[in-house]
Amino acid sequence: MSGQAVTLDVRRLVGRFSLRAAGHAGRVSYLILEMLRGLSEWRVWVPRTFEQAQNIGYGSLFIVALTAGFAGAVTSLQAGYQFTGSIPAYFYGGVIVESIILELAPVLTAMVLAGRIGARFAAELGSMRVTEQVDALESLGRSSVSHLVLPRVIAGTLMVPILVVFADVVGITSGWFAAKGALEMTNADFVYGAQYFFKPWDLWYSMIKSLCFGLAITVVPCYMGFSTKQGAEGVGRSTTTAVVSASVLILFLDATLAKLLLTKS
Amino acid sequence: MIELRNVSKRFGDLVVLDGVDFSVRKGETVALLGPSGVGKSVLLKHINGLIHPDKGEVWVDGQNVTRLKRKDLARLRSRIGYVFQYGALFDSMTVADNIKLGITDEASASDEAYSRSRAAQCLELVNLDPSVGDKYPAELSGGMKKRVGIARAIAGQPTYLLWDEPTSGLDPVNADIIDSLVEKLDDELGVTSVVVTHDVRGAFRVADRIAMLMDGRIRAMGNPEELRASSDAAVQEFLERDLTIPVHH
Repeated sequence: MSGQAVTLDVRRLVGRFSLRAAGHAGRVSYLILEMLRGLSEWRVWVPRTFEQAQNIGYGSLFIVALTAGFAGAVTSLQAGYQFTGSIPAYFYGGVIVESIILELAPVLTAMVLAGRIGARFAAELGSMRVTEQVDALESLGRSSVSHLVLPRVIAGTLMVPILVVFADVVGITSGWFAAKGALEMTNADFVYGAQYFFKPWDLWYSMIKSLCFGLAITVVPCYMGFSTKQGAEGVGRSTTTAVVSASVLILFLDATLAKLLLTKS
Repeated sequence: MIELRNVSKRFGDLVVLDGVDFSVRKGETVALLGPSGVGKSVLLKHINGLIHPDKGEVWVDGQNVTRLKRKDLARLRSRIGYVFQYGALFDSMTVADNIKLGITDEASASDEAYSRSRAAQCLELVNLDPSVGDKYPAELSGGMKKRVGIARAIAGQPTYLLWDEPTSGLDPVNADIIDSLVEKLDDELGVTSVVVTHDVRGAFRVADRIAMLMDGRIRAMGNPEELRASSDAAVQEFLERDLTIPVHH
């Protein structure tokens, strides 16, 4: 293949990718606009939001606790492995609490929920799309966004921060116990270290991050589900794309928010 | 009255509708015939605005569907019952709840006693026992699902009924039952109907007029006798496929 042909091919690929990305961005923006319009139909979405919130919150407790518990314990053990003898014991309290609150609890919870909730939303809405249930709702003069998307997005966005707080508690507790068992550290050391390094802003930062992750975990899969085409294969494709896209977006938001909210310059 | 004026629609490179002119008068039943995949359902979805045309206009009761605002479109849709090919029932709801969702008038829908009795009444209209209302769609046979879909479409007392392949995938006995239902509901409810089908026999049975969609255009349109007498070879070939219809005199 000549050099010119390769250049043309790359250009075409970049062009196609850009067009597709712009198309997705436009359609997601339109969906968000429709959601904002749908807010006025509160009689429709409020009861459904409670149903979704119960499912997301209660249904995710076990997996979130498991993830946070292991993350807290491992953080504690690795901190011990790296720092034993080189830093005072109370530092462990600071390292564990700050790692959990600032990074591990929000990101790991969001990742787990991207798999659990994101996959469910994309598969549910995708199936409804290919079996014409979404069209059926529209044909009855009802807004599919108010009935199906808004309750999921609002419930998910509100429940993720609550689950992150739960993950904070479980992660810190398990880290504390693991540190006590494996390192030469007293409860007083842990509490002193945790308080010494803790700033109230850390909690705010964690909550802002969780809200953004909650939006990513819900909006992207709902959009993917709504855009599903071509039967069962399409539902599978939408579900996979939804989970992968939501996970990548979580990582992107994590880096962006750290730069915007934690760096001083 | 329903009127499609010079409607064109394409999906990617595939031209599905290419300047379609089609009209349905008040109170009549029009069957839209054509081979599978020719765009009959696409045409039907233009009528209630589920699909927008790339070119042309769709008019229902003097309103341009393509230009309607959200609320006006929702109001228009509440007067148009749509029977989906595979029922499109909400599988997380019971049959009764599915039908209640079809009650498009907000005041009536929020009246629990009315919606319950309307759901039972609609089930009876489609020859189903009201006890079916407690079941979930997954517990129903294909024919029953279609009938529940019909019950949901008529629950809001529409003035128009759009039927998307009401008999496809059914055995002859069930297809006959559904055809009888189309006739019965058109007579009893006095609705204006468009029936999309590739079942020639059923179309000749239920329709006042028949339109033949081929190659993205309405190839022929008229009452059953006029269509039988059509000199168009493609139309005759399509009609001849259903051997139970005597297409030649």
